[in-house]
Amino acid sequence: MNALDQIFILTQRWLAGLAPASVQPLVKILLIIAGLMAVFGTCFALTTILERKTLGRMQNRFGPNRVGPFGLFQPLADGVKMLIKEDIVPFSADHALHFLAPVALTVPIWLAFAVLPFGRNMSAIELDAGILFFFAIGSASELAVFLAGWSSQNKYSLLGAMRAIAQMISYEVPLVLAAIPVLLAASSLNLPDIVQAQSGYAFGWAPRWYVFTPWGLAGFVLFLIAATAESNRCPFDLPEGESELIAGYLTEYSGFKYALFFLGEYLGLFAVTGLAVTLFLGGWQAPAKWLEWLPSWGWFAAKFSALIFLFIWVRATLPRLRLDQLLHFAWKFLVPLALVNLFVAVAWWISGAWQFPAALAIRWLLCAGLLAVPYVWLGRALKSGKPAQPQYSYAE
Amino acid sequence: MLNEIAFYLAAAMTLAFALAAMTLRHLVHCALCAAAAFAGLAVIYLQLHAEFVGFAQLMVYVGAIAILIVFAVLLTRGEEIRPDSNQSSPSWMTGVAVAILVLGGITIPVFTSPSLQRLPPAAAVAPVKIIGQELMTRYVLPLELVGVLLTAALLGAVVIAMREESEVKRQIRPPAPERAEPEEATSLR
Amino acid sequence: MNPNLSHYLILSALLFSIGFAGAVARRSAILVLLGIELMLNAANLNFIAFWRYGANPQALTGVMFVLFSIAIAAAEAAVGLALIIAIYRQRRTTRLDSIDSLKG
Repeated sequence: MNALDQIFILTQRWLAGLAPASVQPLVKILLIIAGLMAVFGTCFALTTILERKTLGRMQNRFGPNRVGPFGLFQPLADGVKMLIKEDIVPFSADHALHFLAPVALTVPIWLAFAVLPFGRNMSAIELDAGILFFFAIGSASELAVFLAGWSSQNKYSLLGAMRAIAQMISYEVPLVLAAIPVLLAASSLNLPDIVQAQSGYAFGWAPRWYVFTPWGLAGFVLFLIAATAESNRCPFDLPEGESELIAGYLTEYSGFKYALFFLGEYLGLFAVTGLAVTLFLGGWQAPAKWLEWLPSWGWFAAKFSALIFLFIWVRATLPRLRLDQLLHFAWKFLVPLALVNLFVAVAWWISGAWQFPAALAIRWLLCAGLLAVPYVWLGRALKSGKPAQPQYSYAE
Repeated sequence: MLNEIAFYLAAAMTLAFALAAMTLRHLVHCALCAAAAFAGLAVIYLQLHAEFVGFAQLMVYVGAIAILIVFAVLLTRGEEIRPDSNQSSPSWMTGVAVAILVLGGITIPVFTSPSLQRLPPAAAVAPVKIIGQELMTRYVLPLELVGVLLTAALLGAVVIAMREESEVKRQIRPPAPERAEPEEATSLR
Repeated sequence: MNPNLSHYLILSALLFSIGFAGAVARRSAILVLLGIELMLNAANLNFIAFWRYGANPQALTGVMFVLFSIAIAAAEAAVGLALIIAIYRQRRTTRLDSIDSLKG
């Protein structure tokens, strides 16, 4: 099944072989870009309709079901609607920045897909510091949110943009801290190397993915929570909540620019989900030796879809967090837990040298205990020390 | 060939944005142009094969310092209420003249020095593993000191920019005689 | 022609002088800070250029220096901006020629 596994690489080589030799590297890169844009663009369209239908089913109603069989052509209808809408720009808005903001948001996020390994030998660029590239791109896209909010010259937009930036900066810290134990265990920042470090099976059947270790499980949960907040998704979607701030920093955008913002947001979600699959779920590797006949990119797609479903499920279930709750959660709960997770990962790594019979069970108990005690204690401590009731001032 | 185009493009972009950052009227535009200049510099670092430094520059300068500057501009918005006709300090011509002298003083040795014309050595690599090892062996003392410095700077910045408690209370709580009204409202909750 | 060391040094010199001119010639305190950041960046570029084209790139001296320089620049920007905000709260202005009450 090797040919099916490498089918994208072989197709790329064949297509590039049709071009003259001097432009072959350029053609190879262009093919990768075209392929990524096609796949993730389709994924975006599919995710919008699947999200609405799943949310609908979880809320005991049908989702959109008029436009095609089971409503599957809804994204096309949405796309056409967005394209033919009038593009309204406020009179006092800063026109150049207002135009640039959706572009400045979407372009860096496309760049983030370049380092993810989608299958065996299938990462577009193999960088020595791949994960740092990913996080650097994530932090560069925060300025675009500010551009959007400020260029609209609208107080609600500016307020929404400030809240969004505060949220994104606050949750970047647990995101990076949750990824650090993985770098420790794999001793590399190179993403294909991290996937390779999770290969093999313990006792012949249990995959060595990092999610099956105590620090990996805690890190995975922390990473997913921080990823939800980084993409401004429910329950962390205060910056774009309709009942709070009209549409936050997106208020003054209509038509295709609005669609570009949503594209950027969903692409960010896909990128960070891809990173979660790579870091914790073993990337493109199969969970059992007898399942290895499915191609590697198929396994990546399966794990990816499972995580996207998890995000949609969480959106349907949890209510929105208020801004101060959000920020307290990040700084006072997630960051200490991420640091404790780092110590537990070191403890696991050091105790990996133990060789006596029940070593694995004892290591699990020790590390899980080291994680559970701060978790319970922090939760209790944060709940009890509630600040005094906020002082309201009324219009006299 | 691609290397050359990348360098000249990135250099032109960086210089253009840096010049714009120092000459535009509106402070937010200056801050955003400066962020673009920092990004251009990150591209140049990548072109020099210093990948870790390039990504660190993006993460720290564009992702943190530029946002800090933008927040500070928004929090100090006095300029917009009474628009300045003159953005430059009274002695700006002297400043620009000294800047040109400094430029001359640096570039003339660069052009005339014979030792700078040599060919580049074999490709220099800075693998992250070696950076990590160096940080933990040869540069461990600077690393710890920078950690302490960053903590001190963070705490200092928060303390300096924090509002005094009495100042806040004076602004949001009305004085004593109107105490009855808020209590009435709270009982409805 | 292929960029060699002198190209990077000239770029760094230009950036430095632009930052210097901005820091000296503008009235707003935040722009002075921005000029200082540009000067620091120009010096960092200098270090990396000399690391790349210099005698001993295996020692990674240039790279390490720039990493520490970036960290220190971040700390300095944070404290500088906090100071500017604190001054603004008292004087309601960020213009440097209005904050010169200690001038002799």
